[in-house]
Amino acid sequence: MVDEPVADEPRAGSAVANETTSGGLTRDDVAEVASLALLELTDAELDEFTGQLGAVLAHAKDIEALDVSEVAPTHHPFPLANVFRDDVVETTDVHDAALGMAPEAEDGQFRVPPALGEEP
Amino acid sequence: MTDVDQPVSSTMLSSWDVASDVAREDSHLPDGWEMVIGLEVHAELATETKMFSPAKNHFGAEPNTNVHPVCLGLPGTLPVVNGKAVELSIRLGLALNCHVQRCVFARKNYFYPDMPKDYQISQYDRPLNINGWLELASGHRIGIERAHMEEDTGKSTHVGESGRIHDAGYSLVDYNRAGVPLLEIVSHPDIRGPEEAKEYVAELQRIMIAVGASDGKFEEGSLRVDANVSVRPSGSDELRTRCEIKNVNSLRSLGRAIQYEAQRHVDLYLAGDKPVQETRHWDEEGGRTRAGRSKEQAEDYRYFPDPDLVPVDPSQEWIDEIRASLPVLPRERRQALVDAGGSAENAALAVERDLDGLALAAIEAGAEPERTLTHVANNLAVDGADELNAGNFAELVKLETGGGLTATQAKTVLADMVETGRAPADIAAELGFEAMDTSELEGMLDQIIADNPDEWGRFCEGEAKLQGFFTGQIMKATKGQADGKVIAQLLAQKSSA
Repeated sequence: MVDEPVADEPRAGSAVANETTSGGLTRDDVAEVASLALLELTDAELDEFTGQLGAVLAHAKDIEALDVSEVAPTHHPFPLANVFRDDVVETTDVHDAALGMAPEAEDGQFRVPPALGEEP
Repeated sequence: MTDVDQPVSSTMLSSWDVASDVAREDSHLPDGWEMVIGLEVHAELATETKMFSPAKNHFGAEPNTNVHPVCLGLPGTLPVVNGKAVELSIRLGLALNCHVQRCVFARKNYFYPDMPKDYQISQYDRPLNINGWLELASGHRIGIERAHMEEDTGKSTHVGESGRIHDAGYSLVDYNRAGVPLLEIVSHPDIRGPEEAKEYVAELQRIMIAVGASDGKFEEGSLRVDANVSVRPSGSDELRTRCEIKNVNSLRSLGRAIQYEAQRHVDLYLAGDKPVQETRHWDEEGGRTRAGRSKEQAEDYRYFPDPDLVPVDPSQEWIDEIRASLPVLPRERRQALVDAGGSAENAALAVERDLDGLALAAIEAGAEPERTLTHVANNLAVDGADELNAGNFAELVKLETGGGLTATQAKTVLADMVETGRAPADIAAELGFEAMDTSELEGMLDQIIADNPDEWGRFCEGEAKLQGFFTGQIMKATKGQADGKVIAQLLAQKSSA
C-alpha cells in the first residue's frame, strides 16, 4: 500500500513540557517511536533517550550543511545490484521444528493472542 | 447496481460482463455528485517459489508446510531475491505501459502475527514500475501510478470463544502465504464509477493472465483489490477525504462496496458532516462497509531500505528482451477481430475463450466474420474447441451462409467436428444434411398449398400467423432439413404472386 504521511496531532495526556532538542527531536517523538516498537519506557528513560537520540540527530544534521545535490543516494554500502536466485524449490522440513518452538500451536498452525479487530 | 454482475468462476469473467460503452459516470449518486476511485490491486506472481525464500509458492497446501527458515523469520537467515519474480513483475509492468527503473526494497514495520519477522519487505520510494496506464474498452485510460514488488503476508484465522460478551478468542496463523511474491498495482484516482472499476480490474486480470504474470484467481486470493473511494461535486477537480475499503473478494463485491461507500460519503456531506480518512471493511452479507476498530495512533510503518537486499537494476537489454517476449495483449486481440468485421461483444468473448486465433484464421479463410464469432460465442464453450481446424471451421461457416446447412444443422455438425475432427461436408452428408434444392422445396410447397387451399387463401389475404402453419408443413415434409429462411422467401414470393 502507499501510505501518506498523516499530520501529527497532539497526543492526549502529554502534559510534560515538550521541548525540542538541538536535533529537532521532542520527548513526544521518542514516546511515539517507543510505542510503535512496543517498548514501555519510564519517564526517566524517556528523558534519558530523548537526550541521547537528540545528540545523534544533531550529529546527523551536520550533513545538512553539505551540498549533496550531486551525490547519488546510497541505498546499500556494497556497489552491487541484481543479486538473484533461481526459481527452484528447496524442500526443508521445518514444519514440526518450527511449530515445536512456538509457545502454542494448534492444528498445525501457530496459536497467537488476538491482535487488532480481526474478523472471524 | 446493475444486474450484469456475474458470479466469479474459476475461469472468471466467463462472459464480457461489462458493457463496451461504459459511460464515464456509471454511478448512481444524487445529481451533482461524482465518484473518485483509485484501486490497489495485489497480484500473486506465478512463480514456483516465494519472493525471498526457496519455499514453494502453492495455494491449498496443509498449513505451514510451504515454509522455510527465511519466510519464518528465523534468526540468522537472509533473503535472496527470486529472479523470476522480478522478471514477471517487469512483464506485467511493461504490459501496463510502465517505466521500469532501478529500485530498492524497503522494510514496512508493524506488529502483527501475519509476518513472523515483524516487517514486510515491500518497495516504498523507489518502486520497480511507475507511470503506466491501462486502456479500457470504452477508450478511457486509467493511469497507473506504480506497480511495486512485495511479499505476501501469512493467513491468520480468528477463532472466537463463545459465551463471552467481549470475544477474546485467539488466532491461528498459517505462514504458507507469507513471502509469496506480489505485485501491487496502484492506479491513479481516475475511475469514476463501480462499473468502470470492475472493468478496470477485469481488464487487468486479463492482462496478467495473458502475460503469464499471475493466474489472477479471486477465489484463491491470488488477485485482491482495495478501493480508495471519495466523492466530489461533479466537474470539480478537488480530491476530498477518501476511505480505503478492504475485504473485497469478487468483482461483484467491488462494485457494491464502491456504490455503498460513495453514497455514504454523499449522505454525510448532505447532512453537513464529512467522512474521516480510515480503512473500512466490506461486509458482503450486510451489504455495507464498516470501520475497523479505530487505532489509537495513525499508522506509521517506519519504512527504510532493507539492508539485507541490494537494489534491483534491470538493464535495458533485459527490459527489451522481456518486452519482445510479450504476447499480443487482449485489447489488441479484440481489436483485430473487430477490424476483421466482428462485433465488439463477440470479439471480447472470443478472446476471453482464447479462440480469437481460430476465429481470425477462419475469417481469413473466407468465413463470414460475425457468423464465425457467433459460433464461437454460442457453440464453442466446450473442451476441445481450441483444437478445431480453422479451415474446417471456415468451411462450415461457408456451408451455412451459402444455404447448404441451416443454423441448427450447422450447430450439430460443429459439435461433431469438435469431437471427431472430421470435415464438415463429410459429417453433413453422413447425417443426411443435404441442402434442399429450392425447386424441390417449391414443388413440395405447391403440393401443400393444393392440399390446404383454405389456409393458403387466408394467408394470402394477410393472416400472418399462418406462416407458421406452412413452415411447419414443409419442415414435416422435409424432416426438418429445409432452411427456414428459404421457406420464408418462398412463402413471400408465392403469396404476393
